[in-house]
Amino acid sequence: MTTITAHDIAFRGAWAVEAEGLVKTFGANRAVDGVDLRVATGTVYGVLGPNGAGKTTTISMLATLLRPDGGNARIFGHDVQRESQVVRQLIGVTGQYASVDETLSATENLVLFARLLGLSHRAAKAKAAELLDEFGLTEAARRPLKNFSGGMRRRLDLAASLIAQPPLIFLDEPTTGLDPRTRSQMWDTIRRLVATGSTVLLTTQYLDEADQLADRIAVIDRGRVVAEGTGDDLKASVGSSSLQLRLQDPRDLDDLRVAIERVLKVTPTVSPEAGRVTAPMDDPDIVTELLVTLRDEGIRLSELSVQKPTLDEVFLTLTGHGVEADASGAESANELEGSRA
Amino acid sequence: MSAIATTTITPGADRTLKNRVSLSQSLAHTVTMAYRGLLKIKRTPEQLFDVTLQPIIFTLMFTYIFGGAVAGDVQNYLPIIIPGILVQTVISTSIVTGVQLREDMDKGVFDRFRSLPIARIAPLSGALLADTVRYLIATTLTFAMGFVMGLRPEGGAGGVLAAAVLVIVCAWSLSWIFAFFGVIARTASSVQGISMLILFPLTFLSNAFVDPSTMPAPLEWFANINPVSHLVTAVRDLVNSGTIGADFGWSLFGSAVVVAVFAPLTVRAYMRKA
Repeated sequence: MTTITAHDIAFRGAWAVEAEGLVKTFGANRAVDGVDLRVATGTVYGVLGPNGAGKTTTISMLATLLRPDGGNARIFGHDVQRESQVVRQLIGVTGQYASVDETLSATENLVLFARLLGLSHRAAKAKAAELLDEFGLTEAARRPLKNFSGGMRRRLDLAASLIAQPPLIFLDEPTTGLDPRTRSQMWDTIRRLVATGSTVLLTTQYLDEADQLADRIAVIDRGRVVAEGTGDDLKASVGSSSLQLRLQDPRDLDDLRVAIERVLKVTPTVSPEAGRVTAPMDDPDIVTELLVTLRDEGIRLSELSVQKPTLDEVFLTLTGHGVEADASGAESANELEGSRA
Repeated sequence: MSAIATTTITPGADRTLKNRVSLSQSLAHTVTMAYRGLLKIKRTPEQLFDVTLQPIIFTLMFTYIFGGAVAGDVQNYLPIIIPGILVQTVISTSIVTGVQLREDMDKGVFDRFRSLPIARIAPLSGALLADTVRYLIATTLTFAMGFVMGLRPEGGAGGVLAAAVLVIVCAWSLSWIFAFFGVIARTASSVQGISMLILFPLTFLSNAFVDPSTMPAPLEWFANINPVSHLVTAVRDLVNSGTIGADFGWSLFGSAVVVAVFAPLTVRAYMRKA
């Protein structure tokens, strides 16, 4: 293990990524509209947002694939525009759609990329074999990629990004479209990468994924960072899980609402058509009390479930352009937004 | 599982890196990219139909249709028409380069090429270099057809070989024009359309098939300055008498100019494409 001293941090670029006011416009559409990001070396940074939020465009600019229309970005202190060729030696990019050659086999792909990265023919073959083994693709190594499953393609794509052992890896939606098992394999791989000292910047549509993997998360919407912080920070700003109750007899709806207000001390949302009541659940412990109360009062439930905050709710809360932008949520969003200035 | 877990990655700040790609590296990258092109041909050999069938059919057709009218008989026409057909066939093959480049660039793998620390020109120059294999096939088949039909080149094997190399070099240079269309066009079929529109007049308004002095004055004037005519004449000199004339020099000069203009244009357009 190397010891990192204060000197190292001060003079050796503690930031893997520094972006200030990145802008990219496509015609009238400001796909990225002033994004600021700071990713500390050796961490996993999650960029969370829905489709079309500007995640891929942001990554493309950081990875020198797109020229920013405004702002600037540095990778380990190297400007992405002026020193693009240096930056390319420091990064690995795994795109949303597998960026490997469909007509070639897995081995041919990896050997090709390794040769382009300057490895000798022999070293390239050895590296390809090593990576195929690492990613469990050895058996399929000689088959054309046309017959590969989505998960296999994604693994090969990631393997291709690791040939040069880059200190910074961009993963654009690494698990979108993967089945749960393949997804958790991908998560393990990402964790192992970080254990070797890599910095990872990943984009995702899933709050859960960002929460599981990322040390810090930026929520991005309509080309802007609307919140930044740790997973806990974000969850605190979004609020808690919610409790959903469905009644056997819809006539009990008012009684249920009163009981919830009394026991949980929150105002529930009532959907009379469905006979359903939704209430924020800050403290799971007192739910027991609510259930006991309901039994005592003879209010019979047909269904009970707990809903975790979804990305939708994160956006509703953080961006305010949802149906219910309650005061506290908007406040904490502003607070988080202020912290990036 | 071992590979990732055991190797520690050199921190970004500890690396000494250059922001430039040297010429020898650029050449190495081009050769590797060309190797990719050859692998692709190996995987989908059907993409060679045009370079195998066109020389055979065109050579047969043109020689027997025009031979009697232009040169009295087929035997006398062969030394004139074979170099003409050769140039026309090989140059029109270079259109395919642009079409295939367009199709190729739409694939995800080009994103990876653009994120790698390689010479920017390599994905293009490599694809173009691999295409010289296509020109080689077309050239070989055209000469073989000519030979079967009775052409006995007085320039000898050396002259034929030199002519083949000259045509391939010129076609490679011209393919930068179509590569440029390939990069800027939105669809592969539009590349085909634009390229044919340019190439068709260029090859026919030349001395490839008939003597320009039989044309109306404006056409004759154009046919005489047409670079294709210079190339055809240079090839005829080599094949029929084994000599190198001014046309040889003009052909190479023209090719160099095309590359000097279109290679940077193409690379710039390629880099700007998202």
